Amino acid sequence: MTETSAAFWRGARHSLPFTIVVIPFAILFGVVATEAGLNVLETMVFTVTVFAGASQFAALQLMQDNAPTLIVLATALAVNLRMVMYSVALAPHLGRAPLGWRAVMAYFLVDQSFAVSSIEYERNPALPIMAKVAFFFGALLPVAPVWYAASLGGALAGRAIPPEFALDFALPITFLAMVAPLLRSLPHIVAAGVSILMSLLLAGLPWGTGVLVAAACAMAAGATLVWRLEKGRANG
Amino acid sequence: MVDKTQLWTVMPLMAVGTYLIRFSFLGMLGNRPLPTWLTRALRYTAVGVLPALVAPGVLWPVATGGQTDPARLAAAVMTLLVGVITRSVLGAIIGGAVTLYACLALVG
Repeated sequence: MTETSAAFWRGARHSLPFTIVVIPFAILFGVVATEAGLNVLETMVFTVTVFAGASQFAALQLMQDNAPTLIVLATALAVNLRMVMYSVALAPHLGRAPLGWRAVMAYFLVDQSFAVSSIEYERNPALPIMAKVAFFFGALLPVAPVWYAASLGGALAGRAIPPEFALDFALPITFLAMVAPLLRSLPHIVAAGVSILMSLLLAGLPWGTGVLVAAACAMAAGATLVWRLEKGRANG
Repeated sequence: MVDKTQLWTVMPLMAVGTYLIRFSFLGMLGNRPLPTWLTRALRYTAVGVLPALVAPGVLWPVATGGQTDPARLAAAVMTLLVGVITRSVLGAIIGGAVTLYACLALVG
């Protein structure tokens, strides 16, 4: 086996555990989108073109609440801003790959592919550039096809689910479940706390604007606190 | 129900915007480092945005006409708790869903 294909299959093996998380999440998106009135084609266009679950959920929720288009876009893109970090972090490792490959990889830059690839590149910096590219695409194999297929499954099943199942609450639970594992440092906890407090205080504002202000305050709080802590450590 | 004109406006713009965010440094800006204050703030986008999106709906759910619902509140707290302890997104979702259905069944 060449080094490139070995890297591809190693990537696939490393991200295999994500499959089990992606399936229910994608089914849920299909179901929630159907509940929101999207047909199967619209659900699939959404999930294939955007390919970023959390922001798709956020946009759906805001559109259902009749938020203005600009607010929907601003909030959904704010959810995806973390990917700037991913792009920054991978650039030194993949910057020498041909532009065409980088353009395709950008579309597939998701939490899972970033997580396993960045670890691999740190561990194996001498890997040839095309082997690094192959690893990245290998890491997508257990994630991307499954995401599309399970979204479709959810969209097809969506109408069959009665209101007793309280699916209105599937979204909040999913978002909270995504946030909880991130609460691993004091600044993260403070940022989440500010986010909750401000969103409740500003809940009376026209829909969606409160969320953006709360998010900005939360990010500022987290960043300021970590800056203070780092400065304190440097001085101490 | 989602307005279809809005949906077909939001989807392509979101797709392009999300793609540009991903392409940014990988595709064009190369190895230029971001200012420290910005990387610091970007670390907190997820914990900044997601709780604000759900907090009002958890306390005042639309499905109950804005009345605080013990079942939904308990489910939200359990989701956070399981997620913090297990560090597993899937585990937290299951914990929240089981709590929600158990409470709804008890009350129901």
